[in-house]
Amino acid sequence: MTTLHNETDSLEALEVKNLTIQFGGLKAVSDLNLQVSKGMIFGLIGPNGAGKTTAFNMLTGVYRPNSGKIQAFGKNLVGCRPFQITQFGVARTFQNIRLFKNLTVLGNMMIAMDHHPEQKHFWVLPSLLRTRPMVENEIQQEKNCLELLKIFKLDTRKSEIAKNLPYGDQRRLEIARAMATGAKLLLLDEPAAGMNANETKLLMHSIRLIRDEYQMTILLIEHDMKLVMGICEKIAVLDYGVKIAEGTSSEIQNNPRVIEAYLGKVPTDE
Amino acid sequence: MMLEFIQHLVNGLSLGSIYALIALGYTMVFGVLQLINFAHGDVYMLGAYIGMYTAHFFQLGQNSSVLALIFTITVSMITCAVVGFLIEKFAYRPLRKSPRINVLITAIGVSLFLEFSGQLLFGPDPKFFPQIFKPSGDWSIGELKINPLQILVFFISIILMSVLQTIIFKTRLGRAMRAVSFNHDLASLMGIPTHRIISYTFMLGSGLAGAAGVLVGLTYPKIDPLMGTMPGLKAFVAAVLGGIGNITGAVIGAMTLGLAEEFLVGYWAPTYRDALAFGILILILLFKPTGLFGVKQTEKV
Repeated sequence: MTTLHNETDSLEALEVKNLTIQFGGLKAVSDLNLQVSKGMIFGLIGPNGAGKTTAFNMLTGVYRPNSGKIQAFGKNLVGCRPFQITQFGVARTFQNIRLFKNLTVLGNMMIAMDHHPEQKHFWVLPSLLRTRPMVENEIQQEKNCLELLKIFKLDTRKSEIAKNLPYGDQRRLEIARAMATGAKLLLLDEPAAGMNANETKLLMHSIRLIRDEYQMTILLIEHDMKLVMGICEKIAVLDYGVKIAEGTSSEIQNNPRVIEAYLGKVPTDE
Repeated sequence: MMLEFIQHLVNGLSLGSIYALIALGYTMVFGVLQLINFAHGDVYMLGAYIGMYTAHFFQLGQNSSVLALIFTITVSMITCAVVGFLIEKFAYRPLRKSPRINVLITAIGVSLFLEFSGQLLFGPDPKFFPQIFKPSGDWSIGELKINPLQILVFFISIILMSVLQTIIFKTRLGRAMRAVSFNHDLASLMGIPTHRIISYTFMLGSGLAGAAGVLVGLTYPKIDPLMGTMPGLKAFVAAVLGGIGNITGAVIGAMTLGLAEEFLVGYWAPTYRDALAFGILILILLFKPTGLFGVKQTEKV
């Protein structure tokens, strides 16, 4: 393996090698290795403070790792600025919802889709003069946004102000918005947080749907084990910044180190 | 009585629209960077000088026309936009991650730099702004005499402001600017090149200040390198009055201030012209710090 992956024939959506970041004396993530193949739903779990969100922040360029490599679709991400990473096709959602609260549902989507890598760039003049290609492009863009909103049953609420949406809808809008950036790899940070059992079930269905219909690759952080075990084909477990296990759901469930990380060591009687 | 009132009204609207053009720059930059760009008033001064030199160079003083005026304004706007770009790039961008107070002090530094470079380059003595547009005389309606220049200033400002309004609310650039003003990190994660959008914002604001410089040169044709200080501060007051960060607020605040000044000068106490703006500032900060149209910002934890 001397040559780097070619962008087109790379089967990996995401490759992380020896990723390490240190805050002062604390190694928040150390030597993390991950491989997420295209079209996979991959779960990243671990107790609170294990470094999962920190890992996401490195993947999206918010933090710069001290060492290690990140490649998405064959492109190096380390040292890139967040907006470039988004344009390479990696987008995320947040643990604490971060929408453009005062804009409409559609407005949130349009902003994200404005910077879709395949989007034609109409800046000031054509938009001021409302030229035909510009107007047509805008109409098409709106259609595309509505199509994405439909997956999450939000198309009927397109004119509502984002902050007035119910909690679950806000979470779903975040996912739709991440897709609107043109991303092929979605990083979902606790997408089911605060959802009831029924909403979680619908969400699982939607995640599978976007993978199947839109060829998305999904890496998600989640504490809801029903969701993780239900849809993730592969799961990695972080504890104190170190990956302690990786495998399918049944492998993870029976792994003693994972049980120890979550529940503590079972004292032995000897 | 009525005559006098209309006279003051026209003066006030004309002055207010100049303040508005400057205040928009303050408010837009505050929107995207949470920074009071104290150098903004000096960009307006540069705008007046660039207008003057353009007019001299093309000898527009001799053959004045509307075209000459439009040409001068355009040149001044473009040059000021470039100046705004450079200021942001070299003075503010390196400080993007620094505490706000550092950037604020830098802004004052840039302001002094522009003022005294101006004295060095243009000379400290006031210069006469050439008459690039000479109306054929006052318009008189009955006994009422109105200087057409003031009406012209008002209308040009309105046109520029509507263009800005359209840019901000109807174009992709505007959408991106609003996203950046909401939250840099979030905007950047939506694929928006935040640095570039901030540059564009500075360019737009500085361009408007450049236009204001030329328009002021038209109506009060005496320009000097320190002329930007007072209108700059007053436009800042206007932006605060309207709620800083709010585009419509800036325009309404500026018009209010312009009218209030002219009426105060006309009816009551001409010497208190400059005190009025700062009196308003103190009152606003005491009783409604968010301004007339500002929204309360909750500190993020």
